[in-house]
Amino acid sequence: MIKTAHMPVTDAMTLLDSWLQRQLKAETSVWLCDTCASVAAGGGTRALFIAFSTAGRRAGRDDLRLGEVDRTAAQAARSGWDPVRWSIDQAVRTRLVLALPSSDAKAWLTTLDQLFAAAGLEELVALYQALPLFPHQDLLAPRIAEGVRSNMKPVFNAVALDNPIAGERLDRDAWNQTVLKALFVASPVARMVGAQRRANTTLAQMLIDYARERIAAKRPVPGDLWDAARPGCDTAQRVELDRLQHSAAAATA
Amino acid sequence: MKLIDPHVHMSARTTDDYEAMRDAGVVAVIEPAFWVGQPRTTLGSFQDYYASLIGWERFRAAQFGIRHYCTIGLNSKEANNEALAKEVLEILPLFASKDGVVAIGEIGYDDQTPAEDKVYRAQLELAKELNLPVMIHTPHRDKKRGTSRSMDVALEHGLKPGSVIVDHNNEETVKECLDRGFWAAFTIYPKTKMGNERMVEVVRKYGKERIIVDSSADWGVSDPLAVPKTAKLMIERGIPKDHVEATCYGNAILAYGPSGQFNESDWLTPSAIDQRTLFEGNSVLRGQQPRVDEPVAAKGLIS
Ligand SMILES: [Zn+2]
Repeated sequence: MIKTAHMPVTDAMTLLDSWLQRQLKAETSVWLCDTCASVAAGGGTRALFIAFSTAGRRAGRDDLRLGEVDRTAAQAARSGWDPVRWSIDQAVRTRLVLALPSSDAKAWLTTLDQLFAAAGLEELVALYQALPLFPHQDLLAPRIAEGVRSNMKPVFNAVALDNPIAGERLDRDAWNQTVLKALFVASPVARMVGAQRRANTTLAQMLIDYARERIAAKRPVPGDLWDAARPGCDTAQRVELDRLQHSAAAATA
Repeated sequence: MKLIDPHVHMSARTTDDYEAMRDAGVVAVIEPAFWVGQPRTTLGSFQDYYASLIGWERFRAAQFGIRHYCTIGLNSKEANNEALAKEVLEILPLFASKDGVVAIGEIGYDDQTPAEDKVYRAQLELAKELNLPVMIHTPHRDKKRGTSRSMDVALEHGLKPGSVIVDHNNEETVKECLDRGFWAAFTIYPKTKMGNERMVEVVRKYGKERIIVDSSADWGVSDPLAVPKTAKLMIERGIPKDHVEATCYGNAILAYGPSGQFNESDWLTPSAIDQRTLFEGNSVLRGQQPRVDEPVAAKGLIS
């Protein structure tokens, strides 16, 4: 277990508390504070499960209102973390899970798995987008793989977009598949964190092949494919990519 | 006219059905937890089924601009596997308190065995504890007695009739149900039992108070357009429009609204987060555009 794994958790909790404080009603703040305290004190998982399920009803589903200062603070607390599209209930759910004691990694993971197993759509989104804030990042690989495999686009997006964890933890093949899937399901690849850094020639070839497939089928090529492929291209691939982009543009003109 | 089908097992239906329902004016559906045509043998099967009702199916419906809600419960048929039923009852609270769960159901009697009775009563207690309405599946055999007994037991456990929806009514059961203050839901079956012509006459006779029309469409012979078709027939046969609106839309909101999980604003003015997440994806439609541009202004069977 890495000791530093707990650092972002603490900072993220502080930030979430201060953001929620601004938007929650006083009694909801008190409820959240009390529940987190009892969860943190090892008060059992029942309180956590109930609070987690009812967070939307308690706290509402408005957008979390964050300014530039907040987004900078988020980046400082956890690199790549940008909660600008989060809602209040998602922030509350995240805060509750972060309260869970994590010194016993196995017990922590068991509880997390239970939350996932019984999660509704909105809860899955909240859990997956909070992954980068969790302790024991090294234990989350199977969960990340499950998330990008999801057939529910909001769940896929929660792991793949605005979330540094996919870029950090997926191996090259899995990362490449995730980029291609994002294009397939029309999720904006530009919001995949770490895309420049993870670019590679294999991915470039996959995207070139995909572009060819679309052009052959006389179907439009996703507009963000070109930018996603270019950083990984070698010289020959770059020539081919440009050629395809021109013929795709000509086809739609 | 906007319509709700407050009892339909969409897990068993195709995307064509979703599309047809939306085009006919259905804006929201409730999918009660039931059996799946054959008995499940492990707890995991139940767990994944419940999870699909609050996850995958909600997402699938949203692709067609339809809001999907569900009820959580252990059905009467599978209550008869006593060992498994005990395990299922233990995990029910975990799912019953989720977003979009509008009632405990569908529960009640099938063969009216002691095992069914025990599981039914345990779930009435759960509904009370969680402050949720109850959706009762009344037995198809020995119906009249089974229906009376379902209501007796609900009252015995302290539930208010106004928070109990008794489903699969017919001409023989409706009067007692309404007289005792319960909601009377009717399942419209395409061939046997309650058909839409008979439904029209029920509404003509009893009016609009506490009467609800649904399809109960599932993996059997059934019609996911039963509510729109019945609404259309009612209009054609001279039933007042407000009666049609109440029995095919408004009463469902009144009956399940007290759960706090079934609000008209969900589909009329969805929250920003719902618009970003629920109504954005289109993996079911694959190459096509998601049909969510104008969820309410669909070309209905009736206007
Ligand atoms: Zn049913």
